[in-house]
Amino acid sequence: MNHLASITLSQPGRNRRLRRYTKRDRAALTLMGGVPLLLSLAFVWLPALATVALSFFNWTGIGGFSDMKPAGVNNYRIIFSIYPEFPPAIEHNLLWLLVFFVIPAPFGLFLAHQLNKQLRGSRIYQSILFLPVVLSLALVGFMTELVFSPTQGLVNNLTGHAGQHNLIDWLGNPSLNIWAVLIMACWRQTGYVMILFLAGLKSVDPSLQEAASLDGANEWQSFRHVVWPALRPINIVVVVVTVIESLRAFDIVYIINQGTNGLELLSTLITANIIGETSRIGFGSALATILLVISLAFVLPYVYTTFRKDTRS
Amino acid sequence: MTTFHSASSSSTHGLARRTVLKGAFAAAGVAALPTLAACSSSKSGGGEASTVVSFGSNAAVPEPKGAYQTLFAAAKKSTGLTIDVNWVDHNTFQQNITTYLQGNPQDVFNWFAGERMQYFAGQGLVSNVNDVWDKIGGSYTDAMKAQSKGSDGNYYFVPFDYYPWAVFYSKSLWASKGYQEPTNWDDFITLAKKMKSDNLIPLAFTDKDGWPAMGTFDYLNMRINGYQFHIDLMRTGQGWASSQVAAVFDQWKQLIPYYSPGFLGLTWQEGANQILNKQAGMMVLGLDQIGTIFTGSNADDLGFFAFPEINSTYGQDSVEAPIDGFMVAKSPKNSAGAGKLLEYLGTAAAQQLWLGSNPADIATASGVDTSKYTKPQTAAISLINSAKHLSQFMDRDTLPSFADPVMLPAIQKFLNSPSDAASILKNVDAQAKTIWATNG
Repeated sequence: MNHLASITLSQPGRNRRLRRYTKRDRAALTLMGGVPLLLSLAFVWLPALATVALSFFNWTGIGGFSDMKPAGVNNYRIIFSIYPEFPPAIEHNLLWLLVFFVIPAPFGLFLAHQLNKQLRGSRIYQSILFLPVVLSLALVGFMTELVFSPTQGLVNNLTGHAGQHNLIDWLGNPSLNIWAVLIMACWRQTGYVMILFLAGLKSVDPSLQEAASLDGANEWQSFRHVVWPALRPINIVVVVVTVIESLRAFDIVYIINQGTNGLELLSTLITANIIGETSRIGFGSALATILLVISLAFVLPYVYTTFRKDTRS
Repeated sequence: MTTFHSASSSSTHGLARRTVLKGAFAAAGVAALPTLAACSSSKSGGGEASTVVSFGSNAAVPEPKGAYQTLFAAAKKSTGLTIDVNWVDHNTFQQNITTYLQGNPQDVFNWFAGERMQYFAGQGLVSNVNDVWDKIGGSYTDAMKAQSKGSDGNYYFVPFDYYPWAVFYSKSLWASKGYQEPTNWDDFITLAKKMKSDNLIPLAFTDKDGWPAMGTFDYLNMRINGYQFHIDLMRTGQGWASSQVAAVFDQWKQLIPYYSPGFLGLTWQEGANQILNKQAGMMVLGLDQIGTIFTGSNADDLGFFAFPEINSTYGQDSVEAPIDGFMVAKSPKNSAGAGKLLEYLGTAAAQQLWLGSNPADIATASGVDTSKYTKPQTAAISLINSAKHLSQFMDRDTLPSFADPVMLPAIQKFLNSPSDAASILKNVDAQAKTIWATNG
């Protein structure tokens, strides 16, 4: 995000400024821009492209290039025709995305707005709400088990549903367990979104809000017409973070049951097929390519249009 | 530390920011060099003598790790070999095995019998251990020998410990209720009904992790269709849409009403605890698992019987008994030492030393002092000795890329909606065909 922003911002005066740079400046800039670029190419884009290429082969991971057998689009054909875990995985990833947009994003904004009002003890609230973000997702997965385990979990024991006859199977019922996981995921995501918005709100000039209230705007109006427009750059970050977090969701479901039985996600299908004693590298790569395409389809248009509007204005 | 310090102090002397950066780069470079050098020197130090055998262990957790440390100390006394162990977490070791064997594997490493062993032998990633078997062959049964050979007839594996899958129960609970061990399916179902009316969970069954249900499938298939059909199905992936396999799932449907409530959200530990706490009557599981729940004074309360007969043609002639053991890497640095170590590990004495007070496994070599075994361990020996065939376990007998990614979710789906068995099996069959076609 940051380097994209700085590139677009520096564009208008680029030619004039470049001339002022000495040779050493340019060398330093090339080095500082080039090294991260090379690293990103080598560790992000090269593997990503290799994954796309591998998805057109069958390979067990044993032996070198000569042991890879060209498969055409066969891996994709299998995924879309006879792989029963694929439709639920897509469904769950999209559900995750939807829920993240509907619950943690607005609720995080609401909390941030409240905390920004200089309430007494606002730092304490802030810390409590932000705490889950500090926890690793794997730990959140363990906590999900502790809270929702059907016989030993907190929820069933508090509500008296841990017995044999009225047991609510939060982790094993395939139409229920995704919601248990999403509750925990939202709990964490809300704190994350809150802190992003809080940072954004701090940068809104309070005199603007004062001016609005002097002009007779109520709280909602001043939020809608003053604060919200000023939050634009943060909104982009929140949208991108929400998309990324829901597409890369993995840890919580993996801790619970490796992503089977109602908790399928694209990421767990990829690991199930690639990480293992005998892997289907090509098949897993095809799944990974699909995930890549979905991610790009969500993030690219949004980032593109937003930055185009910014440069125009 | 000192180089960084000088870099920052030089900036106070009015030097440009870039010079400081340069200094920092240089400092980082210089700092990196000695560590790299240290790495390489420590590595080259390891292989100078032939008295060192490297060992890749999948037993990083305290319980088996301690037993292995005792064992390797004894191995040093007996063979003069120092064993240089690389401890890795069990699942990590398994998941990385393909990369591990193609990289720089240790000379000897922990592995499993079955297709899991034969697959890597077939890929040429391990050495044969025929020489070792010339020495240790006398202390192993024919069934064990068969489980240690690759499909080319050479030995690739040295068995160490194993354990049977069976139907486990709490003896004291059964004594108080007057239950008798069933030997055939009808008695088994009658007993389950009786337990239900006694307000017990008849069959503790837990499948949150997906693999425990595979044991029930294996037994049903071997009882209904026989060992040979089962093992062909596992090895070739052909026949998942057959009427024989459909019969297995039909039979399975009869058991589901007797299972633990919410079984797809429970771990095997929770299920085994239902047996221990006398909430449940029986459980199909491995001794290796439930033996770790029935420990200390509870150890002898653990009873079990062979999975009941369904088809009289096959009776109870097969036992599922997963074998753990060792294999040798393709090009070990110390081949002679690796052989010597395996000869030692293939003795009853070594295995008994490792077992110590572990009540969950039994030794594979004959000649063990069985007076040190618990009652369940002794019973396990007679159960296994009575078997004509030993199977390993679904995820050991078939391709791992089929067992976990395909069968595990398929069985869970069946348990969720038993009436969909036919369409689930049709899909399993289609997936099996593509996997065997591409995996070679």
